[in-house]
Amino acid sequence: MTATPAVDAEPIVVIDDVHKSFGNVEVLKGVSLSVPKGGVVCIIGPSGSGKSTLLRCINGLVPIDQGSIRVASFDVHQLKTDQEKIALRKEVSIVFQQYNLFPHKTALENVMMAPVHVLKEDREEVRERAVALLRKVGLSAKADVYPGELSGGQQQRVAIARSLAMRPEVMLFDEVTAALDPETVKDVLNTIRELALEGMTCMIVTHEMRFARELADVVYFTDGGVIVESGPPAELFDRPVKERTRAFLSQIL
Amino acid sequence: MESFWAWFRWLHDATGINLTIFYDSFDRSRFARGFVMTVELSAVCIVLSVLIGIVGAWLQGSRLRLTRHVIYWYIQFFRNTPPLVQLYFFYFGVGSLLTATGVSGSPVPMVSNVTWAIVSLSFFAGAFNVEIFRSGIEAVPGATIEAAESLGFSRLRTYLLIVLPLAFRISMPALNNNLVNLVKTTTLAYAIAVPELLYVSSQIWSDELNVPEMMNALLISYFTLVGFLVYAMHRWERAIRVPGFGV
Ligand SMILES: Nc1ncnc2c1ncn2[C@@H]1O[C@H](COP(=O)(O)OP(=O)(O)O)[C@@H](O)[C@H]1O
Ligand SMILES: [Mg+2]
Repeated sequence: MTATPAVDAEPIVVIDDVHKSFGNVEVLKGVSLSVPKGGVVCIIGPSGSGKSTLLRCINGLVPIDQGSIRVASFDVHQLKTDQEKIALRKEVSIVFQQYNLFPHKTALENVMMAPVHVLKEDREEVRERAVALLRKVGLSAKADVYPGELSGGQQQRVAIARSLAMRPEVMLFDEVTAALDPETVKDVLNTIRELALEGMTCMIVTHEMRFARELADVVYFTDGGVIVESGPPAELFDRPVKERTRAFLSQIL
Repeated sequence: MESFWAWFRWLHDATGINLTIFYDSFDRSRFARGFVMTVELSAVCIVLSVLIGIVGAWLQGSRLRLTRHVIYWYIQFFRNTPPLVQLYFFYFGVGSLLTATGVSGSPVPMVSNVTWAIVSLSFFAGAFNVEIFRSGIEAVPGATIEAAESLGFSRLRTYLLIVLPLAFRISMPALNNNLVNLVKTTTLAYAIAVPELLYVSSQIWSDELNVPEMMNALLISYFTLVGFLVYAMHRWERAIRVPGFGV
């Protein structure tokens, strides 16, 4: 089931020795990893281990203190102007745990906004694409509904469509099912699965171990701001080498 | 219409209730002009004070400390002094510095009393609007703003397209109050002889010696005016209400 792990595909995300502190708390203590184009990596680890911070750094929302992050042709750690950051965000889009839709815009408008206002694309073209994206995430019927009237799972799928509308090369998912009711989790995971199988490069922070096992080329276990252990899901889940990994997995499984 | 006006003349003759603003065409037209002036003054000041509020709240989040300080002191100044004193300050204090030499050789003011009233009242209400919008802006979740940023929205565009529309809805009740207050405060323009409703009314009651009648006419006029504003704001609030969002 695993999407052909493009082992020798060129990496599209390269993270090298990234450090990040908030005040005098070092949250990332030298993280390195790389993701090939079309690859799917899952990041697991206890709360507070810096998973969200890492994804935010990749998207340029959080500046790093040391090390380097490269996404496609962008050196994220060197982007200065708003223009450069906007260009990066066309390539890499993030979906948050709390969806964070724009509450005063309908589902369709949420999807259309960034392409229209940021990319300055033709409104009618964008509308067509947005309609297609809502269909893709199974929410055609909800196009004209406001986020406040949608379930968590539906909001999250709108958020995914909103990210996809930017036609990114890389999608970052930050515990996107953690806030959802169990019955809506499945729809969101199906949406992500579909994307991954279509060849989208995905970095997924998740606690859904079955999902990670099924989809990931590589799973990273992070704790205390470092990558403790990584490997193909079958290895990491079934034969973890490090004691910390084993302890975490026994807790969560 | 003529018989409607004439009825008030009959009312005067029969009861002594002297509403010259209805049966006397001269008083009628000055009262009407005063009413129009009050409406115009209110409308212009509402628009300007809301703009000041929007821009001020934006500048309050500026990266420049100097800008933030200027806004801070602007708010302090206008919130902590009486609006009448502000009006005098602009009209007599600043106004007397801004004079040109007239044809007769004596100094004439460059800025009219109406303009000073607009400036003064707009800044007065604007100071409160900055605070109102600021608390509205602070109530917009940081995560929503971060989402906009992650989609490539610039700071300005995030402010205009996301933060402001949400903050506006959150601020609506407080804004309502302040704008009602502003309309009521336009009566202060009386003090610098702006021919608004209170000013023309005082002229009328001096000429006609019908103080009680004019007091009632004033009260009812402002009640109607403010009532209309409250109704309009309520309609607007309803119109921009978002299903499932907040309030
Ligand atoms: N903006 C921030 N300011 C200060 N501390 C932060 C900030 N963001 C995250 N942290 C801290 O960094 C640590 C890692 O957080 P996070 O990356 O969210 O971990 P995870 O997603 O793995 O739970 C936490 O202790 C958190 O409190
Ligand atoms: Mg997190």
